[in-house]
Amino acid sequence: MTERRRYLIWGMFLALVMVLSACAGGDIEEGGDDGGDTEGGEAIQVAAVWTGEEQASFEAVLDAFTEETGIDATYKSTGDDVGAFLGTQIEGGNPPDVAMLPQPGLLRDLAADGSLKEVGEEAAQGLEDNYAPVWTELGSQDGTLYGVYFKAASKSTWWYNTSVFEQAGVEAPSDWDEMLETAQTVNSSGTPWVSMGGADGWTLTDWFENIYVRTAGPEMYDQLANHEIPWTDESVITALETFGELVGDESNLAGGTSGALQTDFTTSVTQVFSDPPEAATVYEGDFVAGVITGETGAEAGTDFDFFDFPSIDGSEPAAISGGDVAVALTDSESAQELLTFLTTPEAAQAWAERGGFISPNESMDTAVYPDDNTRQIAEALLSAEVIRFDMSDLQPAEFGGTVGKGLFLRFQDFLKNPDDPEAIAKALEEDAAAAFKE
Amino acid sequence: MAATAAEVRTNVGTKTKVKVKPPPGGARKWVAVAFLIPALVLLGAIVIYPTVDTIVQSFQNDDRTATVGLQNYETVVKRDSTLAAIKNNAIWVLTAPAIITGLGLIFAILTERVRYSTAIKIIVFMPMAISFLATGVIWRVMYDDSTELGFINAGIRGATNMVGAGAGPYPTAEALPDAPLQKAEGGAVVTKDAFEAGDVAHLGLVGLTEADLPEEAVQAAEPQAGQGLGVVVWRDFTPGGGEPGVVDQGELGMPGATVEVLNADGQVVTSTTTGADGSAVIEDLEGGGPFKTRLAASNFDQGFTGIEWLGSALVTPAIIGAFSWMWAGFAVVVIGAGLAALPRDVLEAARVDGANEWQTFRHVTLPLLAPVLGVVFVTLIINVLKLFDIVFVMAPGSVQDEANVIALDMYKTSFTAFRYGLGSAIAVLLFLLVIPVMIMNIRRFRREG
Repeated sequence: MTERRRYLIWGMFLALVMVLSACAGGDIEEGGDDGGDTEGGEAIQVAAVWTGEEQASFEAVLDAFTEETGIDATYKSTGDDVGAFLGTQIEGGNPPDVAMLPQPGLLRDLAADGSLKEVGEEAAQGLEDNYAPVWTELGSQDGTLYGVYFKAASKSTWWYNTSVFEQAGVEAPSDWDEMLETAQTVNSSGTPWVSMGGADGWTLTDWFENIYVRTAGPEMYDQLANHEIPWTDESVITALETFGELVGDESNLAGGTSGALQTDFTTSVTQVFSDPPEAATVYEGDFVAGVITGETGAEAGTDFDFFDFPSIDGSEPAAISGGDVAVALTDSESAQELLTFLTTPEAAQAWAERGGFISPNESMDTAVYPDDNTRQIAEALLSAEVIRFDMSDLQPAEFGGTVGKGLFLRFQDFLKNPDDPEAIAKALEEDAAAAFKE
Repeated sequence: MAATAAEVRTNVGTKTKVKVKPPPGGARKWVAVAFLIPALVLLGAIVIYPTVDTIVQSFQNDDRTATVGLQNYETVVKRDSTLAAIKNNAIWVLTAPAIITGLGLIFAILTERVRYSTAIKIIVFMPMAISFLATGVIWRVMYDDSTELGFINAGIRGATNMVGAGAGPYPTAEALPDAPLQKAEGGAVVTKDAFEAGDVAHLGLVGLTEADLPEEAVQAAEPQAGQGLGVVVWRDFTPGGGEPGVVDQGELGMPGATVEVLNADGQVVTSTTTGADGSAVIEDLEGGGPFKTRLAASNFDQGFTGIEWLGSALVTPAIIGAFSWMWAGFAVVVIGAGLAALPRDVLEAARVDGANEWQTFRHVTLPLLAPVLGVVFVTLIINVLKLFDIVFVMAPGSVQDEANVIALDMYKTSFTAFRYGLGSAIAVLLFLLVIPVMIMNIRRFRREG
């Protein structure tokens, strides 16, 4: 943006402020440098990554907001790379009023830049009234609340083929040891226990995170995520050994170890529902349901179902989660009103009844979810005592998000040879140290 | 350039007999510059500026706030993934161009001698019309390690089945860990207990579904041993597990299993095959026993289970294969054109002088064809050095490090790990590696020009 254009915009802006405050008849508000509060409030722009069906659902939420407050909210799609989109908009001095951030790391980065506005009191109150405290923590950075979690995702769901379970005569296990026994029985019935998408490293990081948060606990999890403890820590070894109890026995894995390493995520899901099934179960997040229904003929409830990732040694119910967090990027009061609205059960319901959505809002009646699976996932997430975000998303990309490097590579190495957790931990620490150096 | 442009103008002028006064020197120059400006601006904006900027960035840190000297280059030469990439690129450069040029030469010479050479050339050339990405996807399926999906592995399995090395009847079956059975050498399963005539040996197996049993399988039954030794081989599993080692209601026999009877020395006395209910009786036993029974290894023969083409050991050769499939057509067409342009009189002279086919090829065709082969070879070297997409698509994530090439390493470092400084240093390294080949190419063009 050229200097001249910037002056022009500021000029117009100031003129607008003067005219509006004249209209308001001297009713000057606190921090009123963002225009007056006429009836209904100024229109706002909301940016999010959603397109297609999801966009339509979110627009339904915005319509409900407009109906409630009289404020016009227009939707703007960010494209796939939200970070790059917002970065250029902020640089250009014209960010959207509210953005829905799909990655927790982005909230952290933008808050550190000073690009985010603190969440106002009303919205904070809404969070307190309707959400578990953990969501306030997750939306905060250094003690300041910046975001309102609106859409949640669970990465602690373990999906299974019901007919394989029936033929093996087993029930969904509720803790890790029971899971290992069930695995033996299912293996004996002739179908390997679990299908693992080991060609994609990210599936393995999700496995590890679910195990680690259960064996080491949430505090250690946070410390490891921030690299405050090294990857050579005893807790990491314990978690790897626990993981090794499952993957160390090749007969648990569809196609054995080499098969698991050659299977990508989508195949790891579809092969559980092929004929004959290549495996009884597949672990990944709630989005697996979409892959099953989209790629195979299986139907929820009758052909497939899920259980929560089992507790390990009596660990409390925990969930690795993700979600979309709403943040304000301008001082607009309408933006704060939208954040407040998003904490209400009405906002959550507007999308929940359309499907494809899980709300972290405890005040919303789970009966509005259109199907049982979604309802169960939502209920599991709401009842989890411990909620943590995907650790790999919080790492520097070179360590946590690059194919053939860092976490992805080392967990694949571990899957290849689960006998030496110490060596894996050492390699992880070396990678982490290199990535965190800057 | 300026002079050439002017010459063309005057030439055109004289030819059409229109008298054009040559413009004064200054103006000619400006006209030339004016014509060049668009090209220069484009070239500057999309080639020269990015090149210079990349070189500058390679000496800076990732967010370009400080100059770090040679640090990025130091990291590059120390990093495992870059070293692997350089090694793989070396393998590629040494093998792929040679293989493809060789294949192209053979195809070109062979097709020249058949009638429908154009049709054959079109077929061989066709893969060139497919993008790298699509080639990668196609070959990833071709190379799939499952014998049901992967074309190549399915072919090999078909062949092994034909020569009789196929799978046994129960390749996935195994004994429960706590059953009175143990694994013997070669994958056979042998009873721990010894039996006398009149006993029934229980050989319960798990690890196979009911669908894995042949259709004739019925409820398993213990045979009436009488004077002989009875055996029963069955799928020892009912929903929930059932009682191990006991023939429960609903458990099916495993017909067609080969059971061997061993004497006290471990020698095979006799053998039999189970019936539809999984049972068999061995009547005429020599010696009094005790005997052990053994399920022969052939029952569990896996057959051919598929080569892991895209595993860490074979991934680079496998991708070179796919790449060759794609580029062989290019080589055939170019070399074919070169062959067609060879002076016939020289070939005939050689034949008249009594040279045989091989001698003609070796001492006449090949030297005359050398410039064409050179073009093909160098073009391929350049293509191989900048290789990216086919590896990116074909190598599964778990072996992408083993299959790494420089351009892929650069992409991943810059655009998924966001280490722009380091990525730029890798880009400069790639640039330096390409320069000698470029110089070679330009020199040859000059010579030929």
